[in-house]
Amino acid sequence: MANSVEIKHLDLNFGAVNVLKDLNLEIAEGEFLVLLGSSGCGKSTLLNCIAGLLEVSDGQIFIKGNNVTWAEPSDRGIGMVFQSYALYPQMTVRGNLSFGLKNAKFPKAEIEKRIAEAADILQIQPLLDRKPAALSGGQRQRVAIGRALVRDVDVFLFDEPLSNLDAKLRADLRVELKRLHNQLENTMIYVTHDQVEAMTLADRIAIMKGGKIMQLGSPDEIYNRPENIYVADFIGSPSMNFFDGEVVGNHFKGGDLDLPLDGYTFGPGGAVDGKAVIGIRPEHIITGELVAGAPVKLEVPVELVEPMGSDTLVYGTLNGQALRIRMDGQARVSLGDSLPIGIDPSRASLFDKASELRL
Amino acid sequence: MTDATVNALSGPKGPKPKKVFSSTNIIIYGTLFVVCMYYLLPLYVMIVTSLKGMPEIRLGNIFSPPVEVTYEPWVKAWAEACTGINCDGLSRGFWNSVWILIPSVFLSIAIASVNGYALANWKFKGSEVFFTILIFGAFIPYQVMIYPIVILLRESGDGITAFIRIFNSDADNFRLMGSLWGLVIVHTIFGMPILTLLFRNYFTSVPEELFKAARVDGAGFWGIYFRIMLPMSLPIFVVAMILQVTGIWNDFLFGVIYTKPDTYPMTVQLNNIVNSVQGIKEYNVNMAATLLTGLVPLVIYFASGKLFVRGIAAGAVKG
Amino acid sequence: MAVTDTGRMDVGAKRPSRLFKNMTAKIAAIPMIATALVVFIGCTAWTIYHSFTRSRLLPAPDKWTGLQNYDRLWSENRWLVSIENLAIFGSCSLVLSLVIGFILAALLDRKIRFENTIRTIILYPFALSFVVTGLVWQWLLNPDLGLQNVVRSWGWETFTFDPLNNADIVIYGILIAGIWQGSGFVMVLMLAGMRGIDEDVWKASRVEGIPTWKTYIFIVIPMMRPVFVTALVIISAGIIKVYDLVVAQTSGGPGIASEVPAKYVIDKMFGSQNLGLGFAASTMMLLSVLVVLIPWAYLEFGGKKER
Repeated sequence: MANSVEIKHLDLNFGAVNVLKDLNLEIAEGEFLVLLGSSGCGKSTLLNCIAGLLEVSDGQIFIKGNNVTWAEPSDRGIGMVFQSYALYPQMTVRGNLSFGLKNAKFPKAEIEKRIAEAADILQIQPLLDRKPAALSGGQRQRVAIGRALVRDVDVFLFDEPLSNLDAKLRADLRVELKRLHNQLENTMIYVTHDQVEAMTLADRIAIMKGGKIMQLGSPDEIYNRPENIYVADFIGSPSMNFFDGEVVGNHFKGGDLDLPLDGYTFGPGGAVDGKAVIGIRPEHIITGELVAGAPVKLEVPVELVEPMGSDTLVYGTLNGQALRIRMDGQARVSLGDSLPIGIDPSRASLFDKASELRL
Repeated sequence: MTDATVNALSGPKGPKPKKVFSSTNIIIYGTLFVVCMYYLLPLYVMIVTSLKGMPEIRLGNIFSPPVEVTYEPWVKAWAEACTGINCDGLSRGFWNSVWILIPSVFLSIAIASVNGYALANWKFKGSEVFFTILIFGAFIPYQVMIYPIVILLRESGDGITAFIRIFNSDADNFRLMGSLWGLVIVHTIFGMPILTLLFRNYFTSVPEELFKAARVDGAGFWGIYFRIMLPMSLPIFVVAMILQVTGIWNDFLFGVIYTKPDTYPMTVQLNNIVNSVQGIKEYNVNMAATLLTGLVPLVIYFASGKLFVRGIAAGAVKG
Repeated sequence: MAVTDTGRMDVGAKRPSRLFKNMTAKIAAIPMIATALVVFIGCTAWTIYHSFTRSRLLPAPDKWTGLQNYDRLWSENRWLVSIENLAIFGSCSLVLSLVIGFILAALLDRKIRFENTIRTIILYPFALSFVVTGLVWQWLLNPDLGLQNVVRSWGWETFTFDPLNNADIVIYGILIAGIWQGSGFVMVLMLAGMRGIDEDVWKASRVEGIPTWKTYIFIVIPMMRPVFVTALVIISAGIIKVYDLVVAQTSGGPGIASEVPAKYVIDKMFGSQNLGLGFAASTMMLLSVLVVLIPWAYLEFGGKKER
């Protein structure tokens, strides 16, 4: 399939600050790509560059094969949905939806037809003659999506569209967005700092930091095979446990840990002896009856227990460091217990100590 | 019983609430009453004086209410009072001021709002420099710029005349200097710093995403200004209007310099009527004329309430 | 929904020239740019330049005389009186309007009833023209029929308050009118500043048992420093411009006792047709504004970077 959006060697400087550095990205037709990162990582900046709302310093942007690096936002075939909805307060919903079409000098009948279609898809027909102030947050966001929808664009850009909504509504709209994407099959680029949104919505996730893409991959790859310590640490809640040590002859050794790496799938570099960091997700630490079958067995003292209903978070100590363990909500653990745990090295992630890259 | 209910039964433990007539309150309200009297006194004296006949004024007390109410001073001030050889009262100054006011308010707000909008949303290289010059310009005494502006107005008037004569060789001289239009331009120029600041601050506070959304929707500079920004900033336009109407109406200096006796605004005519050296002083007519001149800004002030406060504080507190 | 409506081509491949970028905004800003450059910079420079020339009835840009106009200016009695009046009027009205404005604001800030009404009354003179203010106070201070007469009619036969006809104190007569008009504005500024102070400051001082007046002097005033500075700059700029008030109230009299620089400049330029002297005097006015403005601008924008 052809690429819908291509970004080549993109640079953006604000004065002396490089916000984006030699950024390359190819997004396939119909793909749902999520730009994920903490604030200040450049994800919104990148989205604004694609939209044409920020001028790039160097590099090129192609949409549907057209070079749009210097084109006006409205000439790029993009629609954008903002965090604050950005609905025009003095216009009705109908006015909001038709504003872009009127600017593009569409005939009246066509405008009416498109508004009707979009309202149908988003189920906002009863709201068409209301002002934005009379709408709920969820309804406003739907209208904001509708504004992009009526313009029949190639690419939808979402700038943290759900951040202003409360948790329950956010979950509902997330599902709806996914359904909308399945129905429309448009390319969508979605900026968020919420990893749950990223994991649930994305075909691929690009994790950004300091104006660079740290890893680009499917949610599964990002979660199970993080390419570097930053990504490994960023994804997952509670975050991954890291332990320093050394790879010596197909074993990871560090303090009380001695893990055989027979089951571990090394990257193209293969196993190289040297200083390393191992990362183990709290939910990948084996507890309960399954410990018996684990490749490596240990016992850790319990320091703190946080029951959260569906699961229980247990803080133990290993190698003088806190060890986070996620257990079943029914698990009975109390302070001071000595908890038997098991570790499966094949589910862990191993990083080079110096380069912080996956081994 | 829990602690809370015990406390609830034994009543509040703090000191009793202050009485309305505590000594502090008497001092506060007393002071404010005296202050209000001081501020109201001149208005009161203006009103009672303007309703008295001259004999009563000569004999009586400036504060005493009129024994015999007469509206003659008002009629005289409006229609008969003399400045030099003209004896058609303040009415001419009033209408001059109106004809100066309407285009000045419109033009100055139109230009300043576009400035503020460009400065807030369409920054270009150097735009901040011009803005800084503008703000500093607000502090330059008018006296420094007043004479070169006379020359500028005269020269551009001649320029425009020459231009018109290309098409119509019999055309009259077009004058900016001494005409209402010259004064309109001057008011537009000197109203620009504070109004531009007002609009810039306002448009900066409009969420940027709204502006971005409109650009994605294909609206340009003017499209966003007229279709998005203007309709949602009516309050700030009202504030600017109040600021300009009172400011321009109250102007004296520019009126003296840039107009001629038959186009003098009301304030200048008022001063000439009251401070004319010929004839006997008619204090009642003078006060009626003064009140008439102050009436327009006073009506605007009392009608607009908090918006006036917002207008004068806008430049000062947020700037 | 796959086909796009705009028949797009590679229009965006070329970087637009710097000059034409944002062109509409630049065109729309022409009045602002022209005002800034031609009027505020150009006219000011023009006047400063001509203050060094022998301009009389007409500007004479080629007759350079150096500081001669300034020498004459500073040896002229009328100018010295103007400067002295400005100094007295300026310092008194600065102090008085700040003090009165602050006290009134503090009184209004005490959660009193009728706050809006009282504020409206105190501020209304500010909506009036200086000419109106000057004429009203001219009438109130009329020695034969005004305040003095009223007090005498109450039985205090020797009461004398006739500033407008006494050259020694005429400037204080103008001061009364000026304060009457301007103090409401200062009060509004101060009140806005006080309302901006965190309510918790008051709670804390009450918890610690600090009396109200001490809280105002030692806590509120230091916290309101920016408001005081702003008020100071605005009042100072206004004081230097004082013209209409004097013209209406005293016409500069008796004699030249209530002349002010702003009036001096206008009279020299348009009355006695001595442009050079007028330009020199207006340049001096500009200089005195800069004395206030530059330290303020330095404090305000110098230390931190502008937004």
